[in-house]
Amino acid sequence: MRTLFRPAAIALATLLVAAACTSAASPTPAPSAAPSVAPVTAAPVTAAPSLAASEAPSAAPSVAPSPTPEACAPGSLATVTPGRLTIGTDNPAYPPYFEPSDPNPAPWELGDPTNANGFESAVAYAVAMKLGFTPDQVDWVYVPFTNSYAPGPKTFDFDINQVSWKPERAEVVDLSRSYYFVNQSVVTKADSPLAAAKTVADMKKFKFGAQVGTTSYDTIVNVIAPTQEPAVYDTNDAAIEALKAGQIDGIVVDLPTAFYMTAAQLDNGVIVGQFISPADKAGEYFSLVLAKDSPLTPCVDQVLLGMRSDGSLDTITKVWLSEKVNAPVIAP
Amino acid sequence: MAGPTGSAIDPGPPAGGPGRSSIPIAGPPRLGSAARSTLIAVASTVVVFGVIGWIVVNAPGWPAVQKSFLNGPVFWSSLPSIIRAFWVNVQLFLIAEVLILGFGLVIAVLRSLPGPAFVPIRFLSTAYVDIFRALPGVLVIYILGFGIPGLGLPGVPNQPFFYAVLALTLIYSAYVSEVYRAGIDSVHPSQDAAARSLGLSRFQSLRHVVLPQAVRRVVPPLLNDFIGLQKDTVLVSYIGVVEIFRQSQIKQAATFNFTPYIATALVFIVITIPLARLTDWLVARDRKRQLSGAR
Repeated sequence: MRTLFRPAAIALATLLVAAACTSAASPTPAPSAAPSVAPVTAAPVTAAPSLAASEAPSAAPSVAPSPTPEACAPGSLATVTPGRLTIGTDNPAYPPYFEPSDPNPAPWELGDPTNANGFESAVAYAVAMKLGFTPDQVDWVYVPFTNSYAPGPKTFDFDINQVSWKPERAEVVDLSRSYYFVNQSVVTKADSPLAAAKTVADMKKFKFGAQVGTTSYDTIVNVIAPTQEPAVYDTNDAAIEALKAGQIDGIVVDLPTAFYMTAAQLDNGVIVGQFISPADKAGEYFSLVLAKDSPLTPCVDQVLLGMRSDGSLDTITKVWLSEKVNAPVIAP
Repeated sequence: MAGPTGSAIDPGPPAGGPGRSSIPIAGPPRLGSAARSTLIAVASTVVVFGVIGWIVVNAPGWPAVQKSFLNGPVFWSSLPSIIRAFWVNVQLFLIAEVLILGFGLVIAVLRSLPGPAFVPIRFLSTAYVDIFRALPGVLVIYILGFGIPGLGLPGVPNQPFFYAVLALTLIYSAYVSEVYRAGIDSVHPSQDAAARSLGLSRFQSLRHVVLPQAVRRVVPPLLNDFIGLQKDTVLVSYIGVVEIFRQSQIKQAATFNFTPYIATALVFIVITIPLARLTDWLVARDRKRQLSGAR
């Protein structure tokens, strides 16, 4: 009996001590937006009374109520670093969303988010300026794609990384209104029989690949529904390697990325076509990612609404993505 | 000694007559010591795990953890696809294990060939073992799985599954050959000397005398490596094949719930525990045989 008694007593005592320690720990408090006594600077662009026609009608998330000018003034925004705006994106950051500098500042491998060149870099700096931050008040942090929309506290104020709005994602993070309506597309090699496909039915017999956790993967499963199970990779680069090795016939990615892939990453790559959602269904769109219930979300939404209604978003899109939209449409 | 009522009683003459030492007379039947130990073991286990459970369930973050990691509906909805994807891992480790056991033995024997004539062979096999024990599995699978098909050589297979088998075989044979070598070295040299003196050649001595003893001794470490191999089959997910881990990752990315990972963990535990108990039984049987001097 003695041999059992002592270890049990020690274990019991340890656990009771551990209980005392864990129950004493309080949960981390959520950051609260404490408006400071700051003079009200120029009010943000007042929103147009009705949504612009290009906004997704049915599947759009409920827009946050218009915030008061004081809540969105730069002095009172509860950012990760007071007085500065922290924006997150993945590394490498790919053109045409982020264009490289010569040389790139560390740690950015491919595109340089800090130079405001590239579609998403330009949108990010435009949003920052409309929120009242100057370009040198903007910091960039590296956030892997799947971490950005995962639940939990964030190291950024908002993240811009071709994250599509999905209801499951919107439940665990705040997703802004759209800044770009995007179509998925199929990339393959020029000499592949997939290159001649014109309809979804033509494509069913091929093997497709996509990055894990993306709407591109969802497109393969739900739209193409091929007979062979899709190959899933950690990154698009791995999928490109597989395409080059002939292990998959085609990759599904968003259309601007497809342009970069066929221009820079594949020697004889072609875009087979793009998928367009039917007229009665809301299309896929990119959103900025913010922490769940972030106080910045209404401000960012208001800024994006303003940018859409005054045409500045269209201008940015034309500058960086104008040639990146011409690809044949894949019929269902 | 006290009587039933607790009052002191004169013990009287010792039982068994004068001159005998005092022997306590057995009282009413009490719990046997085996049953008492079991009762204490059960009680202490219930108390310990009860306390742990109480602490966990009352921790402030428990509802969130339960929703994220132990979500019933998500578990049951993801389990079928996870088990289906596990079939890829099963095929992979069954096929690879057979190849590893064979190739590892070949490497071990090659490394132990004596004499100056075999220096290049010993050098090559030593280099092979060193390199493949040094390389992380991810590197090997990327280099083999994408690199070789990328060369476009005619007649080279292009299925990712083949390259996963190849990578696992190359990596694990390096480790297993060292296990075999330890087994061969542990057989006393007098065995080999006796075999040689009977006129067996080096190869015959190895095959009929040394290796049977050596392999029997290293069955537990070999089973250990087999258990490790079952986990390393996730390597194939890096080159696109959807196996159990990738499938649980797909489910996790779709639902933001970590319960699919718990389901995957349970599957691995369920297949590993019987193998681990089998290893323990084999070790115990071996010890019993050695210690009792069985022939």
